[in-house]
Amino acid sequence: MDVGTVIHAICFYAFAGVAVASGVMVIAARNPVHSVLFLILAFFNAAGLFVLLGAEFLAMILVIVYVGAVAVLFLFVVMMLDINFTALRQGALQYLPIGALIGLILLVELVLVFGAWTMAPDFAASAVAPTPPIAQVTNTAALGALLYTRYIYAFQVSGLILLVAMIGAIVLTLRGREGVRRQKISTQVSRARADAVEVVKVRPRQGV
Amino acid sequence: MADFLRNFGLPTVILVAEILAIIVPLLLAVAYLTFAERKVLAAAQLRKGPNVVGPFGLFQPLADGLKLLMKETVIPTGANRGVFIAAPILTFVLSLIAWAVIPFDDGMVIANINVGILYLFAISSLGVYGIIMAGWSSNSKYAFLGALRAAAQMVSYEVSMGFVMVSVLLCVGSLNLSAIVEAQRTVWFALPLLPMFIVFFISTLAETNRSPFDLVEGESELVAGFFVEYSSMTFALFYLGEYANMILMSAMTTVLFLGGWLAPFGWMPFTGALGHVWSMFWFFAKIAFVLFCFLWVRATMPRFRYDQLMRLGWKVFLPLSLFWLVATAGFLVTFGLLPGQG
Amino acid sequence: MATMDRNAYSLLLAEITSGLWLTLKYMFKQPVTVNYPYEKGPLSPRFRGEHALRRYANGEERCIACKLCEAVCPALAITIEAEPRDDGSRRTTRYDIDMTKCIYCGFCQEACPVDAIVEGPNFEFAAETREELFYNKEKLLSNGDRWEAEIANNIALDAPYR
Repeated sequence: MDVGTVIHAICFYAFAGVAVASGVMVIAARNPVHSVLFLILAFFNAAGLFVLLGAEFLAMILVIVYVGAVAVLFLFVVMMLDINFTALRQGALQYLPIGALIGLILLVELVLVFGAWTMAPDFAASAVAPTPPIAQVTNTAALGALLYTRYIYAFQVSGLILLVAMIGAIVLTLRGREGVRRQKISTQVSRARADAVEVVKVRPRQGV
Repeated sequence: MADFLRNFGLPTVILVAEILAIIVPLLLAVAYLTFAERKVLAAAQLRKGPNVVGPFGLFQPLADGLKLLMKETVIPTGANRGVFIAAPILTFVLSLIAWAVIPFDDGMVIANINVGILYLFAISSLGVYGIIMAGWSSNSKYAFLGALRAAAQMVSYEVSMGFVMVSVLLCVGSLNLSAIVEAQRTVWFALPLLPMFIVFFISTLAETNRSPFDLVEGESELVAGFFVEYSSMTFALFYLGEYANMILMSAMTTVLFLGGWLAPFGWMPFTGALGHVWSMFWFFAKIAFVLFCFLWVRATMPRFRYDQLMRLGWKVFLPLSLFWLVATAGFLVTFGLLPGQG
Repeated sequence: MATMDRNAYSLLLAEITSGLWLTLKYMFKQPVTVNYPYEKGPLSPRFRGEHALRRYANGEERCIACKLCEAVCPALAITIEAEPRDDGSRRTTRYDIDMTKCIYCGFCQEACPVDAIVEGPNFEFAAETREELFYNKEKLLSNGDRWEAEIANNIALDAPYR
């Protein structure tokens, strides 16, 4: 066997193993902050797997978006929470039957879905067609070419959904409270000396 | 076996040598950046700065480093031990691994990957974790407040930094850092994208938590911010990480806007090995200039208030960079200058 | 027009630029640092430093134990005990100054009718222990002997204004 393949395999198993282990630790860790940190480790290893697949653009985007932004906000929220998690988990075991039932139903559904899965008849053709040869085009360009031509509507719609979600969040949380005095920086900056200070020569015993 | 050594042993040795060739000078540069900072601040305040240890105080950084090494590492009883120790290591490592993709000259780069700029962006966005972990695990209110400030600040300024990078990418058509430098042969992007350059520079100040955006440390209200509880080598790692990040951000600014290793006006009097030295000289000179600007700004500006910082990031830089991005794209498309279009 | 001016002013970061220019100019000015242990700044003749008890030229101590300094001392740092000496003159048996209490106001030297207690020009008397700063009569007199030349000079320089 080629040494390169062996190294590749070692890398794969290392990334995959750590990803799975940290995934388990996310739910097993006692401290919620540790959970989030393990989640970040799992993201990282997923990014490593992407790199092994030759999808470096996806790997970097995963790190930037999920680790750099989403997980930071997670961590932010979890750190601020002041919940006694041990007390919260005290009665968790009594929900085990219901949880197991739901899990079982989901599993059955998944099996059903996969069982009924059939490939589209022209799958082979459509799967190959949009993919340009990997040696000529970097996968950033390939993704871009596909995303902005064939899937442009889906792309735009997903953007719109995010926009709506953002506006919704703002509408829900923004409230114009009465009597709040805000700093108006533009008026402060545009204040000139002429309309703020007047130099007056005061004669004795005459006043201003 | 011999085959294995030739195919994998030798490249590994070369790679390790390359990494050392970057990291050792980098750490020296970090040490002397602290010295330069003290000297520049002193000059701006009509002082002399460190001048006792060695000629012109040149051994001061070594003395400081020795002092930090000799001190005792204190871990607070309430601290979350593992995270507390991991935080400074993470900060330090992140500030070093980003250098893998920085091109010092044409072809002089450890990993010339296609998504170099994204890699840099990813690494710099990870920097916030060291701070958050440090702040949370210290189990101290000052550290925690500092960490919260840092997290919000760094995430906010990353957004406008991302848009600035995208507008550079529009002009280049590649995510590869060497390609970005090569694309500036005619004109450095600092000129046509001047507003973006300024936004980027100010965002790097915020991203590295440097003054006037150093309210993460805010010693007047938060003692020292997220690293109040750190001492000795753990503190030194944070310190090294912060300054290494400054150098990294300067290198990034240089690559994106100041033409990387290109000498001004394509001035290239040497060829061969001397040419490489010439190019690297310009690269380092530009980094030094940007670093001087960091220190210069620190000597000039007072610290921002937190709401002003957020306002600047979200209400000024974000719309400005978004507008300029659209304007750049429109300009490039209208005049058919978009790379790959013609 | 004024509004446009102002907007252009802030859009072009004029204030930041002028601030930066100012610091840049200062970087090339001569530093004002005094390398302290090697160089020292000038001291006024009225400088109030470490205390000293002076003597007359014939070696007789000036202090007559009038206790005016003890009475005027706002920090209650001075403690004096007095007895007639063998020759019948009134002298102190004990003259202590607690330098950790002293606030260096100079009232003692103002109150002294014979210019015995003075605050000399010495300010480098930091000690490693607290006890070393509880000065007794012996220490104060030896201070007076050591700094007599400077103290006399300062008093002469300041005399026209008293």
